[in-house]
Amino acid sequence: MSDSARDELYQQVILEHNKKPRNFKQLTDSTHFAEGYNPLCGDHLKVFLHLKGDVIDDISFVGDGCAISKASASLMTTALKGKTVKEAETLFEQFHHLIKGELNPDKDPNILGKLAVFSGIWHYPARVKCASLSWHTLKGALENKKSISTE
Amino acid sequence: MPLNISEIRKDFPNLKAQVQGKPLVYLDNAATTFKPQAVINAITDHYRSYTSNVHRGVHTLSEKATAAFEATREKFKNFINAAKAHEVIFTKGTTESINLVAHSYGHFLSEGDEILISEMEHHSNIVPWQMLCERKGCKLKIIPINNQGELILEEFDKLLTPKVKFLSIVYVSNSLGTINPVKQMIKHAHNLNIPVLVDGAQAVSHLEIDVQDLDCDFFVCSSHKLFGPTGVGILYGKEDLLNKMPPYQGGGDMIASVTFEKTTYNVLPYKFEAGTPNVADVIGFGAALDYVHRIGLKNIAAHEQELLAYGTKVLSVIADIRLIGTAKHKAPVLSFVLPNIHPHDIGTLVDREGVAIRTGHHCTQPVMKHFRVPATARASLSMYNTKDELDILVKALRKAEAVFQ
Repeated sequence: MSDSARDELYQQVILEHNKKPRNFKQLTDSTHFAEGYNPLCGDHLKVFLHLKGDVIDDISFVGDGCAISKASASLMTTALKGKTVKEAETLFEQFHHLIKGELNPDKDPNILGKLAVFSGIWHYPARVKCASLSWHTLKGALENKKSISTE
Repeated sequence: MPLNISEIRKDFPNLKAQVQGKPLVYLDNAATTFKPQAVINAITDHYRSYTSNVHRGVHTLSEKATAAFEATREKFKNFINAAKAHEVIFTKGTTESINLVAHSYGHFLSEGDEILISEMEHHSNIVPWQMLCERKGCKLKIIPINNQGELILEEFDKLLTPKVKFLSIVYVSNSLGTINPVKQMIKHAHNLNIPVLVDGAQAVSHLEIDVQDLDCDFFVCSSHKLFGPTGVGILYGKEDLLNKMPPYQGGGDMIASVTFEKTTYNVLPYKFEAGTPNVADVIGFGAALDYVHRIGLKNIAAHEQELLAYGTKVLSVIADIRLIGTAKHKAPVLSFVLPNIHPHDIGTLVDREGVAIRTGHHCTQPVMKHFRVPATARASLSMYNTKDELDILVKALRKAEAVFQ
């Protein structure tokens, strides 16, 4: 992928996940749950998890936000279903390196798959938190914190 | 007299900026206005040729700095037609001015007293009063707004009871543009001897202000929304009230004499100006006041109202756009939402076309709640904006819509 194509913030995958977010529902039998809030922009979402042992058996989200935050949450749920908690934590770290511009998906060992569509976001510092809100909320849910704020 | 916009634009160097390879279209004036060269020169000139503290030295530079600093006080006194220059206190911004009053005048409030604000206040005119309520056991009461974003005055009159001990009200809403009938509200409040603070942060660059005619007890605003530098605010207060109120902060400049047994406070305005003030920026603000005086607020308002009408017209052509804030009396603020694009995405996409707008809740979360939106996109206009720039905004919005098709 060329640099300019990767720097495009609103890639097709993001626009498509914004329009049709995956796993966009409440889980009635969730074992873990947290609410995330970005007071700066008003983005607000809830992440639900159903853990079987240490495997993420099911994951979902609901909420209001910009295309970036919605697509990020949607892609996160598809990436994490069936993963262990430890694998999820590794992905969390990798994703953070990516959105801070510390990872080159072409050179570094890439476990992020589709999540790499956010690689251009570090050019938009004000939008990095949009992409990371769902992940912080996930972490909060796994740590049994009910309310997460990105500020 | 119609403004010569192309001449005015030459006075603001930042308007020549390029953003993302395109000429900048700056429509975020409610956040902060650009500064004319005269303001930049005044600040630079102070630092280059008469850097000095004020009210302290007998040396030439200090006297020159003190004179320039105090000249701004006099200019602002004239700008709002205050009776006396010592009723004008320098702070670091509108927020600090409100906190000063909440803290100092709050001294006279007690448990069970009510403080009245409105649903369209900026957080800076909500939170200081909530903090005072927590300290003193007072109650915060809220004047509701209608779906046009106007205060419901019948409800205001119902809320005005002898229990109310303070009214703090915004003149012009930053997120809706609504101009509130503050003169009439002050009159009603004064019938019950309720003191009134007017938050004029968004009013001063659009409306002529006469604090004696309004008869407000306090008036607050910021320099940076009036073409001056950041870091300077104003608190105007009626002399008798300011004299009664205890100081807000202790330190140098606000004292008459200090011993370890007893300190005597200085007279107005210095009683409320502890510590070295923001000398250079106050002097810069003086240049901004001169500039606005020269152009004339009446002329500015006429141009802005024409832009507001044009902007409302061209935005309304966009299918399914929802304007938030459609009051009859409005300052040039166009807040809106589009059905399929979140305001943040709008903001990022129009920025690519060089257009700077604000997106978010604009520090007015209760307003967002009222209109059931998480955020809005806001174009806020000033004297140097043009109809062409509004056309560019509409084109940029169309492009944003195409991305989200």
